[in-house]
Amino acid sequence: MSKEPYISVKDIHKSFGKAEVLKGISFDIAKGEAVCIIGPSGSGKSTLLRCLNGLAEIDRGTIRIGTHNVHEIKTDQQKIALRKDVSMVFQQYNLFPHKTALENIMMAPIHVLKQDKQEVEARALALLKKVRLDGKEKHYPGELSGGQQQRVAIARSLAMRPSVMLFDEVTSALDPETVKEVLVTIRELVDDGLTCVLVTHEMGFAREVAEHVYFTDQGVIVEHGKPAEIFSNPREARTKAFLDQIL
Amino acid sequence: MRGLNQIATDLPVLNTAALNRIQTFAGGARLTLTPALGLLLIACFAASIGVAQAQAASGHPSVLATLWKWMPLILKGFVFNIAISFLAMAIGTFFGMFLGLAQISLFRPVRKGAWFATHFFRNAPWLVLLFYCMFLLPFKFTLFGVTIPFPDWMKATLGLSLPVMANVSEIVRGAIQSIPTGQWESAYSLAFNRRQTLWMIILPQGVKRMLPPWMNVYCILAVGTVLASVVGVQEVMTLTGDALSAENRPELLMPFYGFVLLLFFAYCYPIARWTVAMERKYAVKI
Amino acid sequence: MQEFFDWFRWLYDATGINLTIFYDSFDRSRFVNGFLTTLKLAASCVTLSVAVGVVGAWLQGSRLNFTRRVVYWYIQLFRNTPPLVQLYFFYFGIGHLVKGASGVPLVTNMQWAIFALSLYAGAFNVEIFRSGIEAVPRATIEAAESLGFSRLRAYVLIVLPLAFRISLPALNNNLVNLVKTTSISYAIAVPEMLYVSNQIWSDSVNVPEMMNVLLICYVSLVGILVWLMHKWENAMRVPGFGTV
Repeated sequence: MSKEPYISVKDIHKSFGKAEVLKGISFDIAKGEAVCIIGPSGSGKSTLLRCLNGLAEIDRGTIRIGTHNVHEIKTDQQKIALRKDVSMVFQQYNLFPHKTALENIMMAPIHVLKQDKQEVEARALALLKKVRLDGKEKHYPGELSGGQQQRVAIARSLAMRPSVMLFDEVTSALDPETVKEVLVTIRELVDDGLTCVLVTHEMGFAREVAEHVYFTDQGVIVEHGKPAEIFSNPREARTKAFLDQIL
Repeated sequence: MRGLNQIATDLPVLNTAALNRIQTFAGGARLTLTPALGLLLIACFAASIGVAQAQAASGHPSVLATLWKWMPLILKGFVFNIAISFLAMAIGTFFGMFLGLAQISLFRPVRKGAWFATHFFRNAPWLVLLFYCMFLLPFKFTLFGVTIPFPDWMKATLGLSLPVMANVSEIVRGAIQSIPTGQWESAYSLAFNRRQTLWMIILPQGVKRMLPPWMNVYCILAVGTVLASVVGVQEVMTLTGDALSAENRPELLMPFYGFVLLLFFAYCYPIARWTVAMERKYAVKI
Repeated sequence: MQEFFDWFRWLYDATGINLTIFYDSFDRSRFVNGFLTTLKLAASCVTLSVAVGVVGAWLQGSRLNFTRRVVYWYIQLFRNTPPLVQLYFFYFGIGHLVKGASGVPLVTNMQWAIFALSLYAGAFNVEIFRSGIEAVPRATIEAAESLGFSRLRAYVLIVLPLAFRISLPALNNNLVNLVKTTSISYAIAVPEMLYVSNQIWSDSVNVPEMMNVLLICYVSLVGILVWLMHKWENAMRVPGFGTV
């Protein structure tokens, strides 16, 4: 079954001023696949994610996600259309502090997708239940723990019913005890068949959940493969050195 | 102020309590009114009455009696100052808000124009702007065939609203820029457009940060309304001056002006306290 | 040079825009003197107010409670009352008491203006310098002392340079405000730019032209000052040290 990959990234380059951060990255992701990107800080992982949902623009190369040609997107309209399909969850959760958890989840579907309020509320409550936060609808982000806030952020992105979810080191800012609850939530999403791209430091999680792992260093993909291969038998010296430090 | 967030080290490189004090200075002059000042003013006032009384030639009514005689007029003038301050604040805030938003516009000419206007009116002395408005605005104008008089105090109000507008513009811009970029990013990632992000997410969070400096601008404006006396508006200073020349007793100068100072203190002090309380309540908890 | 000035006479004839400060030598010299007076006022007030600030900040750290109290009252009084009223207080209130033997006032209005405005801005400066000094944490001073610096040396070589850099933005803001505030000395007939312009437009009946010239002059003067201060701040910047 040779399907065209859902996400197709070809030879993208990005520089910030004189510093080149992405030096020719290419990969394909099939629909429903869960992919982890690992690597040392400064290797361009977060920048890569931001290029996928249009928060950063690439200098060279092509990105195709579904029917969106991201490299050709110039207008705000096109960016909004892309972001309805590609959602992102951030390391710092970035919940809106002046709205309750439920309002955070409901805001975008109501104002961006222009959906009916009752329907959105029902969906939002269901999502809160799914991330195991039912009962916390009326709480403000300031009243929730880091792990709880991150789960609300995940629910908020899911409310848009995206076809792709991007996770940018979502557990890095959390206390170790709360990391697990977020990983469990993400795992369930992967099991449900959502296409996920995760940038993470959680090697154990990557090993269990990912179907494909990419190791990046200094703006290029050094090695990629099935998690079992990468973690037990890395081919490249750089991969080995990185994994030795982490594991 | 963003520099503070960029300190990489968490060593005690800077003492943050003192830094907060300096931040307020960097943002502009700050009126800090304390009960101590009130007591000091009352003491000075009482002292000046005492000195004046000592200097008074016999046969003149006492200083306090004279002050009491003129008090209704002076108070009427003071109320007029307050009215001017309300109006100037309202006008300045309204236009200042849009000017502040224009300063972060994506259109370069709008942005540059707003920046220029803001800094032009911030750099011009308040008195010169007052003069400008007094002399160059017409004393009446016709709208749809109706002649509307444009009295002096209205021109002064407009003149005072110009620096207020510039200061509010800077306050709005500063508040918006102090909201972490993560908020913009997550809003964009949820497919909000710029207008929605600004009005539904950024500005509501910014309003709390704008309130204390905005109240501070009001206090400075309230105190600054006395400048209108220089351009001939009949407000508290001119009326006090008139009373003094009617009495023609130089020893009354200090008690009378002291009384005006007390009036302003009594008005601005509660506002300043309220501002401090608000600042504490709305201290950003992220 | 004369052709340049004469062009403005032509401008008046052709368009009615009457800029006497250019083509009339009397008005020209009046305006230039007014401008120079403003500069002189600004420079004197800036210098004196910084001196007041330095001395006041030093006195505020005094061991004597009395000294500290006096500085405190001074700051509270001058920071929280309108500078115009302070000016009137000094010039009218105290001025008429300070008369020489023949009834001639000993202190001119220009001197009162400088005195009052320096005290006004000085009050703010004391707070600014004090906060700057306090923002340098004890740990830095202790480190200096552990290296063998005496208290005075540590203060001069380490605390003051750091405190100065921290205070610079606030100090610049205050000094710019001071230059703007010098215009209130109009009220006591100091012949600075605003006063002189008033005289000129009363004589030559060219109010709009003079008002515009005045506005442009002030905004440019303050603008240049702001730009210079900004350059100075950038030159003094230490990487990684939070600037406000």
